[in-house]
Amino acid sequence: MLDRIFVTFSVCFLVLLAVVVVFGDFIQPHDPLLQNFAVRDQGPSSTYWLGTDDFGRDVFSRILEGSRLSMTVGLVSPLIAAIIGITMGTSAAYFGGWPERIVTRLTDMMMSFDPLLLGVLVVALLGPGILNLSIAISFALIPSFIRLSRASALAVRQEAYVDAAIAMGRPSYSTIVRHVLPNISGPLVVMTTLWIGTAIRLEATLSFIGLGAQPPAPSWGNIVRYGVQNIFGSPLPALFAGLAITLTVLSFNILGDALRDRLDPDRTVR
Amino acid sequence: MNKLLEVTDLKKIFGGSVRAVDGVSFSLAERETLALVGESGCGKSTVSRLILRLTNPTQGTIRFEGKDITRISQGALKSIRREIQFVFQDPFSSLDPRMTAGEIVTEPLSVHGLVRNGRERRSTAERLLQAVGLSSKHVDNWPRQFSGGQRQRLGIIRAFALGPRLIVADEPVSALDVSVRSQVINILQDMQEDKGTAYLFISHDMATVRHMADRVAVMYLGKIVELAPKTSFFAGPQHPYAEALLSAVPASHPSKRRRRILLAGDPPSPISIPSGCRFHTRCPIAQDVCKSSEPPLKPVADNHLAACHFAQAWPIASRLKDVDAPTEGGRFDNVPGDLQVCR
Repeated sequence: MLDRIFVTFSVCFLVLLAVVVVFGDFIQPHDPLLQNFAVRDQGPSSTYWLGTDDFGRDVFSRILEGSRLSMTVGLVSPLIAAIIGITMGTSAAYFGGWPERIVTRLTDMMMSFDPLLLGVLVVALLGPGILNLSIAISFALIPSFIRLSRASALAVRQEAYVDAAIAMGRPSYSTIVRHVLPNISGPLVVMTTLWIGTAIRLEATLSFIGLGAQPPAPSWGNIVRYGVQNIFGSPLPALFAGLAITLTVLSFNILGDALRDRLDPDRTVR
Repeated sequence: MNKLLEVTDLKKIFGGSVRAVDGVSFSLAERETLALVGESGCGKSTVSRLILRLTNPTQGTIRFEGKDITRISQGALKSIRREIQFVFQDPFSSLDPRMTAGEIVTEPLSVHGLVRNGRERRSTAERLLQAVGLSSKHVDNWPRQFSGGQRQRLGIIRAFALGPRLIVADEPVSALDVSVRSQVINILQDMQEDKGTAYLFISHDMATVRHMADRVAVMYLGKIVELAPKTSFFAGPQHPYAEALLSAVPASHPSKRRRRILLAGDPPSPISIPSGCRFHTRCPIAQDVCKSSEPPLKPVADNHLAACHFAQAWPIASRLKDVDAPTEGGRFDNVPGDLQVCR
């Protein structure tokens, strides 16, 4: 019962978030970049719902605007990672041989680094910025997708219906698309959802240490960063941006868990 | 007889040492049913996978209608695959759980571009389902909504969808309940009569084999040890291993009982195949010669081949009674499978 309430809240929150991301321009009460030194470091008021930061910018508007960047990176990076990782993982499992060995070894190597460390590495090589940040996060997530899709595809590869498809003359790529992918989609959908949470967190972390979105453009990560630098001026920006991150990551994780329960083959009729 | 399929000295060695199939030769005529029998692990399924080109042979050739298909690429194989279809053992694993019954039975047609649109595909699917006694209403059902026997019927009609000349059936009924087994076998026979398809019928069940086959090939440890027309085989197997297999079939009447030949131990590992005759470690009549020289598969009677040094000497002496005549083209009635097959 409590689970259902959590799931409902998560879904509602994510829908709300989607609206904010898409229609942000019309919702933001103030220009998120507009500085007004007359109202620095204010607390919540009817004009500035969540107060202002030390440049006098509206915190609420900045968090709404920041959601766009955070969510874009948070959604796009796992999707890119999923596409690349699943392609490599399923192909490796399906074809086997030396390409599989190379892919598995590379995956093992990449898995031995923390995703954050990999992200830092990529950004350090390519330079900070939102595109490089997405690349960095995708890169960090690819090994997990390779590993999961390869393991699942290996199991499906043993099923007689894959042999059947080959024996009736279906080409390899078509067998992968028509037979392998649909049968491993469950765990992959769940993992993609869970990694969205991680990607948002990674974006925030990398932006926090200055490797992500560059000011003045707000992202949740750099709002927290500059909020912390000015924590004695006003703790509100860091607090609320942190809250936004927490709620979003939590919502995606709860959603992922719910999806996993729903798509679990043991729970559905086979 | 026209040779539809000809297999010559086929070998499959896994990982350099596991001799799963160790020099198998046979041929199959059009409209003929050749049963390949043997215990688990003797390599009969590997033979079927080799013929379907699901795995590549280490050595030997496979000819289909005179054309060598042993090493041609998967692309070039596509047109041949229309002629060689398959029925797999496990009706649960052989149907994709994410495809509907209609998609499953028409899959071969769409792979070969023989259905143009969704409507045509659907009407073809309905027609196919009806051909094996399933309702056309089932076309949108998922495999999990069918019983084992129904699933196997889906598998059979999928195999016939392209009108193949040869169907490799790898233990098509062994996973089914006895009660539905005869039903599925009847469908297989009816379809064969209708379409004139040849079967390579792989089985370990002598009762089914007696019912289905025209000829019987017995495999032991990757090799064919006996190859004979059904009548001649069931009347008097020439290889002691074949005799032992037959003696394991329960008889319907005590007077028809064969002397039970119990084979000691498990079959040797295909990694270290015994010297000489590969059966000598378990053979009840093995002599010294069997340990050193491997008997070739040679004719002992009309079209009857056996690989035993003592082929002619062995069976007459060993049988208690002359065996019941094989059932000729008889159909199963509504009696549970095992009871009638042994009549």
